[in-house]
Amino acid sequence: MEENKSILITTSPHLHEGSSTRSIMLAVTICLLPAGIWGVVVFGLRALAVVLTAIVASVLTEAVISRVLKRNTLPDCSAILTGLLVGYNMPPSVPLFIPAVASVFAIAVVKMTFGGLGRNWMNPALAGRVFVTFSWTGPMTTWLLPKTWGGADAATGASVLGFIKAGLIDGSGGAQGPAQFLALGNYPHSPFDLRLTQWLNTGLFGGRLEAGYVDLFVGSIPGCIGEVSALLLLLGSIYLFARKIITWEIPVTYLATFSVLVWVFGGLRFESGFFHGDVLFHLFSGGLMLGALYMATDMVTSPLTSKGMIIFGVGAGFLTFLIRFYGSFPEGVSLAIILMNMFVPLINRLTKPVKFGYLKEARQ
Amino acid sequence: MKNAKTFPRGGVHPPDFKSYTREEAIRNAPVPAEAVIPMSQHMGSPAECLVQPGDDVHEGMLIGRATGPFSASVHSSVPGKVKEIKEIYLPNGIKSQAVVIAVEGEFNRADGDPAAWQQMSKEELLTRIREMGIVGLGGATFPTPLKYSIREGRKVESFVINGVECEPFLTADHRLMLEKSEEILTGIRIVARILEPEQVLIGIEENKPDAVEVLARAVENAGLDYQVVPLKLKYPQGDEKQLLKSLIGREVPSGGLPLDIGAVVSNVGTAFAVYEAFIKNKPLVERVVTVSGSALAEPANLKVRVGTPVSDLVEDCGGFKESPVKIISGGPMMGFALADLDAPVTKGTSGILVLSRKEAGRAVETNCLSCGRCLRACPMGLQPVNLYKYIDHLRYEDALAEGLMDCKECGCCSYVCPAHIPLVQGMKLGKLMTRKKKA
Repeated sequence: MEENKSILITTSPHLHEGSSTRSIMLAVTICLLPAGIWGVVVFGLRALAVVLTAIVASVLTEAVISRVLKRNTLPDCSAILTGLLVGYNMPPSVPLFIPAVASVFAIAVVKMTFGGLGRNWMNPALAGRVFVTFSWTGPMTTWLLPKTWGGADAATGASVLGFIKAGLIDGSGGAQGPAQFLALGNYPHSPFDLRLTQWLNTGLFGGRLEAGYVDLFVGSIPGCIGEVSALLLLLGSIYLFARKIITWEIPVTYLATFSVLVWVFGGLRFESGFFHGDVLFHLFSGGLMLGALYMATDMVTSPLTSKGMIIFGVGAGFLTFLIRFYGSFPEGVSLAIILMNMFVPLINRLTKPVKFGYLKEARQ
Repeated sequence: MKNAKTFPRGGVHPPDFKSYTREEAIRNAPVPAEAVIPMSQHMGSPAECLVQPGDDVHEGMLIGRATGPFSASVHSSVPGKVKEIKEIYLPNGIKSQAVVIAVEGEFNRADGDPAAWQQMSKEELLTRIREMGIVGLGGATFPTPLKYSIREGRKVESFVINGVECEPFLTADHRLMLEKSEEILTGIRIVARILEPEQVLIGIEENKPDAVEVLARAVENAGLDYQVVPLKLKYPQGDEKQLLKSLIGREVPSGGLPLDIGAVVSNVGTAFAVYEAFIKNKPLVERVVTVSGSALAEPANLKVRVGTPVSDLVEDCGGFKESPVKIISGGPMMGFALADLDAPVTKGTSGILVLSRKEAGRAVETNCLSCGRCLRACPMGLQPVNLYKYIDHLRYEDALAEGLMDCKECGCCSYVCPAHIPLVQGMKLGKLMTRKKKA
């Protein structure tokens, strides 16, 4: 036959389900975009500059290393995603050299020194963030107030969790929970939050909803660029769940463990005792949604099996709770995840699947 | 069929591509001008060639004698004159001696006595199956008489008939079940006389509801107590280990045989071959082959004489519609890519697929992402990526300890791998190197 020259010879299987490293990276990137666009809307073009700096630094670093190693890894698009996540984990007012340093650290040190994508044992973006947080703590904990509050441009203030952490040092002042604590401290809310809360209270909630929750859920709060909008992060993740790029195990066990611990012990910081923690408040504040949905689920640095992922999720939830409530940081998500990243090889070793045909007859 | 059974762990759902040939009735492929009949068409040692160039042969004549229990006899599929004996490469890359027969003369095989088998003893039945060169037609081509030789003291609880045909594209078994249901049942009854099983189960995936219905009706009409069991669609359910897990809920122990859990599994095609051997006095010289794929003009299910070159089948199906990117012998998940179209159809050829770029295109391989998809897809509970890494680092001992030999190369891991790592290729290499080390 004359066309023989064009015939492929490979081993089986000859079909493929269709996904690729690149398609996965691009899908996650696209699902993250709405939350980032929201960040730019509430914090202004300054936020866009931060995110773009992080992406450019990340891609350039990977390009340089690819050149040195003579192995082009740019087409897998993972550098774009890492850069985006570094940018999302930055406060909007941060000097631009900081996201650049975080990206370079993420790619060059955390990812490439271990052999590139897939070989890193810690989430690069989170490691980058933690590195710059400890290096430049001041700018990394200065928060731009959202435009939706209607205050002066470029005004800065405390983040929700930071306000509470700092405030609680002097005692809770009789507040029953974090929302009341914010109210006692005259923490501002957006006009939208106040209107919607009022409307919800006349119907559904019957006066039980305190001000501030709408801001937390929608993302009208000071915080990192990509983490503020729990709503858009949740929406974006629907597609990732549908495509099975992320599976339920890590997000669900992470959030569930964290929620249960907050519910049981969260009230102790105030005067409300056991089983009175404010779960909703903590679920939607800080970087929890971004962490649980997009960063803890990073394939490379999470366990292989379903059982392993559950252990990982529970561990991350526990550590986040511990750091946020009893540590000196208001947050805890990034540290919790990178700590759990270190346990992944061990978890994998302990959760090997039982092989087919090795069951004892008696156990069937 | 909400309660359809399946195996619990692993497996994938590739598109089945069966609509190309699902409605195509089996028709006879043209008789080749020259048949190339390999002496090695089965698992085990090759048959010993009994003819020389210049010899006259007739249809069904023994031309290769089995060289032991792990071998199978080979018969001529055509009448004619032996032109030469040569070495050829089989689709799986193994070299084999092959008899080239220039076709001439009459097809004059006589039918047998349709009732004779009812008077035969177990040994006589087994001998006939052995003489007729029957091997398992599901793909592994395990010598059938060996499978049916049950040692003293062992009991067959379940005789399982495999009508799953889980490989995409293939519809040969499906058509056979629709068109030859009574013949298949006769074949099963003959085998059941040898095995004396407590129950006979016929497993069929539910993408073939017509076959389930036809066989269930045939069973009822014949007054038999066989069960036709619909199974939920999932690859690789047609593998005997998965099929037994689906049907009787037990796992064949690692390194063992179905008989270790009281089961014997045969393909519907094998049951039909048994029927032909006894009722038609016909050795295994013909089989149904699905010729399909998006690059083929007129896909079809053909009854093909062993030794017919693939090019004859392609031509009979209208040739190429577009230039093919890959030509496969067997199914797309476990079949072998052919280097040219001269390769002959053998007893184990279930399909010839001509794939275009949209089906066979491949993406660039990247580093492993540790996504764990291969672990979740593996029906054997293995860790394909870890096995691959061991083999890649020449650590064969470690790979063996992690169950390399339990891998049956079903391809689920490679199918789902987003990094496009050739996992199955690694497994094959690992097994080959292990065997070489032992030798």
